[in-house]
Amino acid sequence: MIEVKNLTKSFGENLIWENVNLTIHEGETLAVIGKSGSGKSVLLKHLNALMYPDSGTVLIDGKNIFDLSYVDLRLVRQKFGVLFQGAALFDSISAHENVAFPLRYFTKMSEAEINARVMDCLEMVNLSNIGNKSTADLSGGMRKRVGLARAIVLQPKYLLYDEPTSGLDPETSNEINELIVHMTKNLSITSVVISHDMHSVLDVAEKAAFIDGQQLRWYGTIDELKKSDDQRLIEFTRASEYQI
Amino acid sequence: MQLFLEIGNYSRLLYEAIRSMTEFKTYRKNLFTEMVKTGYDSLGIVSLAGFFTGAVLTIQTSYQFTSALIPKSTIGAITSQSMIIELAAVISGLVLAGRVGARIATELGTMRVSEQIDALESMGFNSVTFLVMPRLLAGIFMFPVIYMAAVVFGIFGGIMAGIMTNSVTVFEFMEGARLYFFPWDVAFGMIKSFVFGFVITSISCYKGYYAAGGAEGVGNATTQATVLSCIYVLVSSFLLAAILL
Repeated sequence: MIEVKNLTKSFGENLIWENVNLTIHEGETLAVIGKSGSGKSVLLKHLNALMYPDSGTVLIDGKNIFDLSYVDLRLVRQKFGVLFQGAALFDSISAHENVAFPLRYFTKMSEAEINARVMDCLEMVNLSNIGNKSTADLSGGMRKRVGLARAIVLQPKYLLYDEPTSGLDPETSNEINELIVHMTKNLSITSVVISHDMHSVLDVAEKAAFIDGQQLRWYGTIDELKKSDDQRLIEFTRASEYQI
Repeated sequence: MQLFLEIGNYSRLLYEAIRSMTEFKTYRKNLFTEMVKTGYDSLGIVSLAGFFTGAVLTIQTSYQFTSALIPKSTIGAITSQSMIIELAAVISGLVLAGRVGARIATELGTMRVSEQIDALESMGFNSVTFLVMPRLLAGIFMFPVIYMAAVVFGIFGGIMAGIMTNSVTVFEFMEGARLYFFPWDVAFGMIKSFVFGFVITSISCYKGYYAAGGAEGVGNATTQATVLSCIYVLVSSFLLAAILL
């Protein structure tokens, strides 16, 4: 379980958000929505301590990750898979090697076992025929899928998605959304999805958190979101729908 | 204030790198790759720079020493001594500040702004161990090798220039070089190149690792890494000469 308690973050004098409280239960998918620049990705980077807050705590399975030693923190981070906005693939190695990368360092698998595991993951994201393609030769959607395969290769307990469908065409976006649902259901992964694409949010999430005006303005289930009378939330969801 | 912040971050990065030195398994593969990129791949340009520096030094020395009272072997002594004590290390340091320093800062800077360093950290890697440590060690180990190549090619360049301009024979050149050869001078040059290796790679790693702000940020980091590396090569050369000679 991920518990965010009274989290406040600022860069210099620029307050990003304050007193954010969230709870993400096992097997749940939470979507964090909000305008560009509202600090959604910043919040995501606090969940595995890639960033540190001004105050507040993030509890992962009951442990405050900001109090952990670096060695212990690295062990907690191994429970997470992260799909970064630009996929963050290592461009000096092939797509296949990107997926194999964590296995080579964190497991004692043989080469044959690594290859089998990599092929499984690539198959899950519908890229089983990618071979040893360079990451430079991949399209945006393929990069995201390879990034997703790399994120799940160590069978993480938690998956963090930073704008998984941004910059993709609607058809590829739908494919990615289906993959997120598939991962959550079939692999029992707890997921946090950062997005400003309401279609994606409605497809994949069970709960949503709306960041607006430097605070967590709204938090509830998707059904509650559809019925919400919060004016800012309604404006945001409408604006998102109008874009399509 | 900014200066203190930079010193603090630089020290923290070095501390983290040194602390993680024992995690050899993490950076073993990268260390070999970096040693090839830093050392082997730089041999061509450094040998060329050394060759022409030695050649020019021989021609200029023979041009200035017109008196018949000064033996021709002095040309060999001056060229070889200058290469061993100062020029091979400084010339290769300045060349590598551009070649190696710029590469390191650009690589790490691009990895930073494209979130590849965050990706490493989020997988549970210590990104400093994985990225900084092999580059730092490759610089420290390979710069002395490169220095030796610059010395050899510098002396060879000096001999070739002497033959081509008819100013000194091979025998005279080598006689002077042997007469004024002191093993400590070579040790001093090696120490210098060792320090330059550390200075260039640590500054470049620091600038790249903390790069921010997209393509422009990477460009700035690369420029700063190159300029600062050149400055600190010259400053450390002066300090080492003042302390050790």
